[in-house]
Amino acid sequence: MTVKVLVPTPLQKFTNNQATIECNGGNIDELIDALENNCPGIKARICDETGKPRRFLNLYVNSEDIRFLEGTDTALSDGDEVSIVPAVAGG
Amino acid sequence: MTQTPIKTSQGRTFTNLVSKEGGVKYPLEAINVCEETFSPLEVAYDYDEIRRQVSRESIAAGPNSIWRYKAFLPVESENPIDVGTGMTPLVKSNRLARRLGLKNLYIKNDAVNMPTLSFKDRVVSVALTRARELGFSTVSCASTGNLANSTAAIAAHAGMDCCVFIPADLEAGKVLGTLIYNPTLMAVKGNYDQVNRLCCEVANSYGWGFVNINLRAYYSEGSKTLGFEVAEQLGWELPDHIVAPLASGSLFTKIYKGFNEFVKVGLVADKTVRFSGAQAEGCSPIAQAFKEGRDFVTPVKPNTIAKSIAIGNPADGYYALDIARKTNGNIEAVTDAEIVEGMKLLAETEGIFTETAGGTTIAVLKKLVEAGKINPDEKTVVYITGNGLKTQEAVQGYIGEPLTIDPKLDSFERALERSRTLERLEWQQTSV
Repeated sequence: MTVKVLVPTPLQKFTNNQATIECNGGNIDELIDALENNCPGIKARICDETGKPRRFLNLYVNSEDIRFLEGTDTALSDGDEVSIVPAVAGG
Repeated sequence: MTQTPIKTSQGRTFTNLVSKEGGVKYPLEAINVCEETFSPLEVAYDYDEIRRQVSRESIAAGPNSIWRYKAFLPVESENPIDVGTGMTPLVKSNRLARRLGLKNLYIKNDAVNMPTLSFKDRVVSVALTRARELGFSTVSCASTGNLANSTAAIAAHAGMDCCVFIPADLEAGKVLGTLIYNPTLMAVKGNYDQVNRLCCEVANSYGWGFVNINLRAYYSEGSKTLGFEVAEQLGWELPDHIVAPLASGSLFTKIYKGFNEFVKVGLVADKTVRFSGAQAEGCSPIAQAFKEGRDFVTPVKPNTIAKSIAIGNPADGYYALDIARKTNGNIEAVTDAEIVEGMKLLAETEGIFTETAGGTTIAVLKKLVEAGKINPDEKTVVYITGNGLKTQEAVQGYIGEPLTIDPKLDSFERALERSRTLERLEWQQTSV
């Protein structure tokens, strides 16, 4: 599955300053591994020691928070848009 | 627009930004997220310098606004934006306290904060002063309403351009109370969390100062003044217990930080203050985590009349949980019906008309008392953070009607008799 990934500014140093990149993955876990292959070092920033996305990072598939879907098991389809957004805002 | 020139004062008391997880240091710029862990950034201070600069006397001799605590706030201007924000009344409650069976209850009344009648004027005064220092000419925010009012008003006062984002379904009073200051107002078809996400993307690319995104580390410090004022107004003493509303959790954690800073620089004696938080059941991710003993907050989709605190994905939820637990406090949620009753109870007993967030806080206070979770003798401070005139639709239909009469004495007398009969009937039904 080829999906479009929106990368926040703090992670763009891993993507040659690209704000969006194309990547493959059947679900979010696979997508994160594929991102790591293309942009070495990025996984350790997205995920904590347990391999799950960090507490302060939100991931969205087509604008829906993955915590309202199947978490990192959320399946991806061709053309989906995955956004990685730091959560520290608001209030 | 014309802006006031900035005069920089000597003896800056804040030193850098620091990551809340891992303690990575960052320069004093418009950044809010740690690049390593994505955790929030906090302002770090030189407390020895603050201790040198302030005393109870120097604070008491300062302006009658939040700026009497300037040494504890992250701004360098000698002339911060001062629109009379802060120093709102701390009211000793008699009638509400008696009704609830409490002996030592105080109400911190930010329903009359200046200029826009909510606690948000505190954080915005700090954020826009800092925005000016960092060279921003346009300021912005993602808001559930009160922040929109405050950002638009104080930006107008300071002569800054302003673009505000709100969910499209906000109360009419909050929309009108923003538009009057003539900002650009974007009503986003979505809930607050969606507005917030959009703003995170805009903040990355437009070079604007978003008070609660890239300026959030500075902005949130303004809430500490709710802690400072209560300590000063209690005669330089900390309370035993506070009850405050929880939206993002920021206010709660900053009151805590404020109390601790006063202890650290020797202005008040050390004491454990219990921290209890209030949420609406229709948006209670932090209360749910508290009840289930979790240390992580699962986001929810808000559905409540308490729109000003309807944040489904609270950025500081984790820290609010931690504070409530380590201070032996509680986090409770109440229904929309209880929120309306809370608004009425505060108005009828204390003459304070608060908005839905205040109704939530009063309803949770009542629930905690009934559950035996507040000792009647504890010096308890309940924080009322917004004004009821802004959310009139919440109580419309629950507060009776005027008695319409002819301009004749007998018409008045008949109506008066009728109203007294109704009152007696109600009185017989409810135990007082």
